[in-house]
Amino acid sequence: MMRIVLSAILLVFAWGSASRAEQMKLAVTTSFHNSGLADILLPAILRDTGLDVQLLVVGTGQALRLGRAGDVDAILVHSRADEVEFVARGYGTYRREIMYNDFVFVGPASDPAAIGAAKNATQVMHALALAKLPFVSRGDDSGTHKKELSLWRAAGLDHTEFGAWYRAVGAGMGAALNTGSAMNAYLLSDRASWQNFRNKGDLAILSAGDPALINQYAYIPVNPDLHGHIKANRAARLEIWLTSDSAKTLINDYKISGMTMFTFNARSAD
Amino acid sequence: MVDTILPLVLTGAVAKRRGKRLIGPIDAEIGPVGFTIVMGPNGSGKTTLLRLMHGLQRLAEGTVDWQGTQIDVQKRQAYVFQNPIMLRRSVKENLSYPLSLRGVSKSSATKTVNDWAGRIHLDRALEQDAMMLSGGEKQKLALARALIQKPDVLFLDEPCANLDGRATREIEELLLETSRAGTRIVMATHDMGQARRLATDVMFMLQGNLHEFGAAKQFFAQPETPQARAFLNGDIIE
Amino acid sequence: MSPKPGQVDRAGLVHAMSDIFEGLKAAFWLLVALDRDLVEITLRSLQVSLSALVIASAIGLPFGTWLAIRRFRHRRTAIAVMNALMGLPPVVVGLVVYMLFSRTGPFGVFGLLFTPAAMIIAQVIIITPLIASIAHQSMRELWADYHDLLISLNTGHWQRIRTLMWDGRRALLTASLAGFGRAIGEVGAIMIVGGNIDHATRVLTTAIALETGKGDFALALGLGCVLIGLAIVVNLAIHRLSRTERDGRW
Ligand SMILES: Nc1ncnc2c1ncn2[C@@H]1O[C@H](COP(=O)(O)OP(=O)(O)OP(=O)(O)O)[C@@H](O)[C@H]1O
Ligand SMILES: [Mg+2]
Repeated sequence: MMRIVLSAILLVFAWGSASRAEQMKLAVTTSFHNSGLADILLPAILRDTGLDVQLLVVGTGQALRLGRAGDVDAILVHSRADEVEFVARGYGTYRREIMYNDFVFVGPASDPAAIGAAKNATQVMHALALAKLPFVSRGDDSGTHKKELSLWRAAGLDHTEFGAWYRAVGAGMGAALNTGSAMNAYLLSDRASWQNFRNKGDLAILSAGDPALINQYAYIPVNPDLHGHIKANRAARLEIWLTSDSAKTLINDYKISGMTMFTFNARSAD
Repeated sequence: MVDTILPLVLTGAVAKRRGKRLIGPIDAEIGPVGFTIVMGPNGSGKTTLLRLMHGLQRLAEGTVDWQGTQIDVQKRQAYVFQNPIMLRRSVKENLSYPLSLRGVSKSSATKTVNDWAGRIHLDRALEQDAMMLSGGEKQKLALARALIQKPDVLFLDEPCANLDGRATREIEELLLETSRAGTRIVMATHDMGQARRLATDVMFMLQGNLHEFGAAKQFFAQPETPQARAFLNGDIIE
Repeated sequence: MSPKPGQVDRAGLVHAMSDIFEGLKAAFWLLVALDRDLVEITLRSLQVSLSALVIASAIGLPFGTWLAIRRFRHRRTAIAVMNALMGLPPVVVGLVVYMLFSRTGPFGVFGLLFTPAAMIIAQVIIITPLIASIAHQSMRELWADYHDLLISLNTGHWQRIRTLMWDGRRALLTASLAGFGRAIGEVGAIMIVGGNIDHATRVLTTAIALETGKGDFALALGLGCVLIGLAIVVNLAIHRLSRTERDGRW
């Protein structure tokens, strides 16, 4: 019996630590992953750089925690204020903007709250607060959630005072969209997640285009000075690739149902 | 195995259960030779007395003294329960189990096991599940499993309770043979005829007390107490 | 158009039925095509859960048996604690294992986070109490049967444990299979400690969660069918193996 246990443990550990060549771990947000862009980029990265990038798909909050603890080598997130603070505290080396897409308001195609008529995001928020029709919030501290909260704030509204129509589901983009689809509710989604979502039901894009809805993705290598095991070299190589022309082409050309999803905008490091 | 773990001496031995007396105080000495029969009405404490001597029943007061070291004493006794306990294994494995506990290898156990299976007429059922045996077969198997250990002292609690006349005679012959070979036997029974056939001395239990203890001839011919006399006559005593 | 309360939403029902049908179809095609990714995550599911099963059984079965035969002062407390641990929420286990094996945690140096090893550790923690508890239940009954005989035969503790485990192996197998069922279907803990990394730690349950998140219910359901099928196949296989060994009642 003892021998079985020992060999099982050995086997498992040998297998767990058997690292394939040039792995690195990158924490990304659910919205980025749901867009499907990763499926295009990862094989190209492997081909061009030999890096096997393992994606940890989590919320922005958890991505930052993973980076802080040194459990990943770099993060790719979209919540500017948090990123700046992350770097300022020394958890990350610097932040490098890579690309952006935008957020869209989706809701029942009949648009009972008439947000389609709104001229900008602030008006949309007011229309929603006035209509008091079901609105699904991510409520999970993710980049999208933070964007939504900042929009309420910018409109001078306090989401904590909303009634039962405001549903914070505390889930990823996909789960929130599923909930919204089932409840025929309004929500804020990143365009790529929405476009790739397969369970749209009665929902449709009702409002988009306000510059306030820009969703900027940034790449932050985790500070190797804090964690000796961080693969800083690989993280740097990934960054070079992500800001290269081949990345630019792949990102700008990525389309879902004929619609462009991301705009490449990498510049030199801030 | 040169010396014996007997005599067994009980002095003021009491067994209790949750503070309530089950049997005792009992003073008795089981000498090195003989065939002791324990008799008495239901609930008089026969089983409890056997378990107390064997060490299965915790002693509340008094002493139960064997000769020799603790390990020796434990190893050289065997016990056959009133309701036979079968291991959930084959007949063969039930017989070889006590041997395997003593480190006897499977191959050297095989012959002994086959031997004993033959003696209790279960040699054709060696591979059969012991739980599937009839009540009588189970009792015979339990006896063989005890005897295979070659104990110095053998306790039996009504081993023939479920057996027919023929099987009873088989068992009795086996027991007499074992006794002649030098094993000290202490056995509880309700069968008066069996007691008369086997006993060299008798322990008569009544209401948790050892009411009478003496040579069998004396007990059957001339019991000392009126209760024993009534019991032998088949009267109902309380 | 939402249905009035109490009125059957026919359109919704038809929709749900077609989703389920699509799911079965997806499962069928996944299996027929023997999709490479599917094979990979299925094998990983098996590997993780079977490893966890072996380790948890090696701990839980003897421990449950030991608890059944051993009388000690805090035995009741130990049993109560074990039964309580049986209901441990997997996410909490996942979180604790995550914190222990995070680079900043006490076992961070092993670098096991986001590897199958971490997933196995989490699952071992989740299913060991379950296996031990079920083993304890059945061994207690067997011990009640065997108690007098084994004491009379002057057996040692290890001999008692071995005898009970051998003679009660059918019941112990059931305990192990219950543990396997819990492990293979578990998602909360392994999502956290494994990270659901494609080609590294993705297993059936985390893949199902992922596809559900993408709104691809058909694929999610298809994977669910594969998961259920896998659980059934493993159960049958283990039962078959144990039966050929001896055709008895136990
Ligand atoms: N574990 C126990 N718990 C409670 N009472 C017990 C226990 N064991 C024995 N007794 C009681 O002790 C008394 C003696 O029981 P014992 O089994 O020794 O009788 P016995 O002479 O063997 O009877 P029988 O002829 O029916 O086998 C009975 O009154 C019985 O109820
Ligand atoms: Mg009795």
